[in-house]
Amino acid sequence: MNVGLEVACGQQTNSPEKDVPELIDKPSKIARHHHIFPTYTLEFPTLPAIMPEIASPPSPIAVPPQSSSPLHILPPPFTDSNLTVLTQGAEALVYLTTFLTPSTPVVLKYRPPKPYRHPILDKRLTKARLLAEARVLVKCRKEGVKVPGVIGGDYENGWLVLEYIDGVTTRKCLDEWVHRVGMKVVQQDRERGNAERKLEAAAENGVQGEEQELWDLMRRVGSAVGKLHEIGVCHGDLTTSNLMVRKKARSRTEEPHPWPAGRQTASAIREAAITDVDAAPSPAEPMESELSGDIVIIDFGLATQTIADEDRAVDLYVLERAFAATHPAAEPLFREVLKVYGDSFKGAKVVLRRLEDVRLRGRKRSMLG
Amino acid sequence: MAAVRTFFLPHYPTYPIHICMFQDVSNAAYLRSQLLEANPDFDYAFLDAAMILSASHLLSASFLALHAHLTHRSKTRTPHSELVFRLHPNPNIGEAYKRFGISDSSSTLIAVKFGKLSKREDGKGDMSGEDVGKFLGEVVQGKCVDVGEQGEEVERFRDLGRIGKVYKVGAPGNKNGNGNGNGKKRAREDADGEGDGDTEPVDKVLEMEMVILGMMTIKGS
Ligand SMILES: Nc1ncnc2c1ncn2[C@@H]1O[C@H](COP(=O)(O)OP(=O)(O)OP(=O)(O)O)[C@@H](O)[C@H]1O
Ligand SMILES: [Mg+2]
Repeated sequence: MNVGLEVACGQQTNSPEKDVPELIDKPSKIARHHHIFPTYTLEFPTLPAIMPEIASPPSPIAVPPQSSSPLHILPPPFTDSNLTVLTQGAEALVYLTTFLTPSTPVVLKYRPPKPYRHPILDKRLTKARLLAEARVLVKCRKEGVKVPGVIGGDYENGWLVLEYIDGVTTRKCLDEWVHRVGMKVVQQDRERGNAERKLEAAAENGVQGEEQELWDLMRRVGSAVGKLHEIGVCHGDLTTSNLMVRKKARSRTEEPHPWPAGRQTASAIREAAITDVDAAPSPAEPMESELSGDIVIIDFGLATQTIADEDRAVDLYVLERAFAATHPAAEPLFREVLKVYGDSFKGAKVVLRRLEDVRLRGRKRSMLG
Repeated sequence: MAAVRTFFLPHYPTYPIHICMFQDVSNAAYLRSQLLEANPDFDYAFLDAAMILSASHLLSASFLALHAHLTHRSKTRTPHSELVFRLHPNPNIGEAYKRFGISDSSSTLIAVKFGKLSKREDGKGDMSGEDVGKFLGEVVQGKCVDVGEQGEEVERFRDLGRIGKVYKVGAPGNKNGNGNGNGKKRAREDADGEGDGDTEPVDKVLEMEMVILGMMTIKGS
């Protein structure tokens, strides 16, 4: 009868582990601000030059768990709710909470006002961007591209409630793969010290077991990005952190909600989220299951509705850079992504050709400094 | 006395939402006439149960209405008319009542009441679930159906075909133009098998629900 009362009052506890996902995602946020393309203006031309983030910490490690003092006063109805911080990004604060029912986990994305911008202009820009983000998400969902559903929002007040995706980022999958293969090689070939070449070899012809899983994952990435572009959406920040691999838990299929209904405290939800995101692959839960889920694209804060080859190619280029940032050995993996992308819709081949131009410009640009 | 379930939305824990469902309703025309006359006792959202997809669908519209009311941005007269308004994909109150409100011939209905936003007749505090049950038991001629602890039964009388049409989303399992009678079991259908990278079966009703929640949230206001 009384559904929901317990949730809103879940206490928030101090937890240092909480910031691990933050660390993992950091590089993508840095990558976003490399403006590498001469002909490509990121974000909105009407925006004033991006100021240094007020809240940005000197180093990722320095981010405190932030539970004693709230990061921001949240707008209603969240003002008095104790929410769990997932990440504190460049533009948005992301929280884990529940919505509609206590057993519906969701992500609350809040864009706080920017104190350096005129309040009225700020409100208008925030509203426009959030609404654009929500519209693109609904369009994707409607047309069968896997993205988090939009469950609620208040654009004037800067928040959006999104379906919680229970999974890990592709970035984490790649990092773990590099780590795993690297470790093996180091053990086997310590004296020869050609770990790197081994890694590349593993990527080139890795066929057994878990390698196969990774290659399948790459194909699904290629097909997911192809589908996104095909429906006329470009992501605008297509990093490996924004491509999630949804957990393929049996529990998720049997039961619509990852957590039992009823007494759901914020800390219990956070705990569950932490275990999901950060649990190292254990023998009990083999890596295969982690790599084999659906690709869900997240973070449409910079997305646009466009079918321009240039925009599509830039998406691919950003993704390519994200792969390269993981490890040089990830290059063959990305080639597989492109291969599947190229076959995924009419016009994809043209985009691949355009990608070569974008690469060239990127290189020229970096030579000029 | 009709069986009422009371729900509390996370983040709005002090705003009870009373929900009550009926089938075999024989006096929908009378109920509607009271709404049209703006009889204050009838300040309820009387919804056509065929148009409610799921508990999330109903709770989402309830949230949006409550939130609009409490942040002083309602587009309509009362939180209850706001609920009807929020259900429709377009910002058109007339259309919303036509599609989601009861008609003279409705035989199933869902009544929703925001307890804290409605005062008792005797002026002694908010409307409780009991007050609502008593009132509806008296004025609705029909058989009360329990909506379930999680509201899971609100979907019992849904018509997927009609819902899909209003939101312009493909209705699943709708071969004969009427997706009714699917009860609460959700048909899990396999993905279209296009080799488009799906690794898991897609629950088409849940997909439809997610799109609808999104549409209600982004509609121009
Ligand atoms: N729907 C979701 N389900 C699960 N986790 C999510 C979801 N959305 C975001 N996250 C987590 O929060 C992080 C930050 O979210 P997101 O990338 O959307 O915001 P941002 O980069 O801070 O904001 P923006 O790029 O719009 O300024 C993600 O990397 C992911 O770990
Ligand atoms: Mg991001």
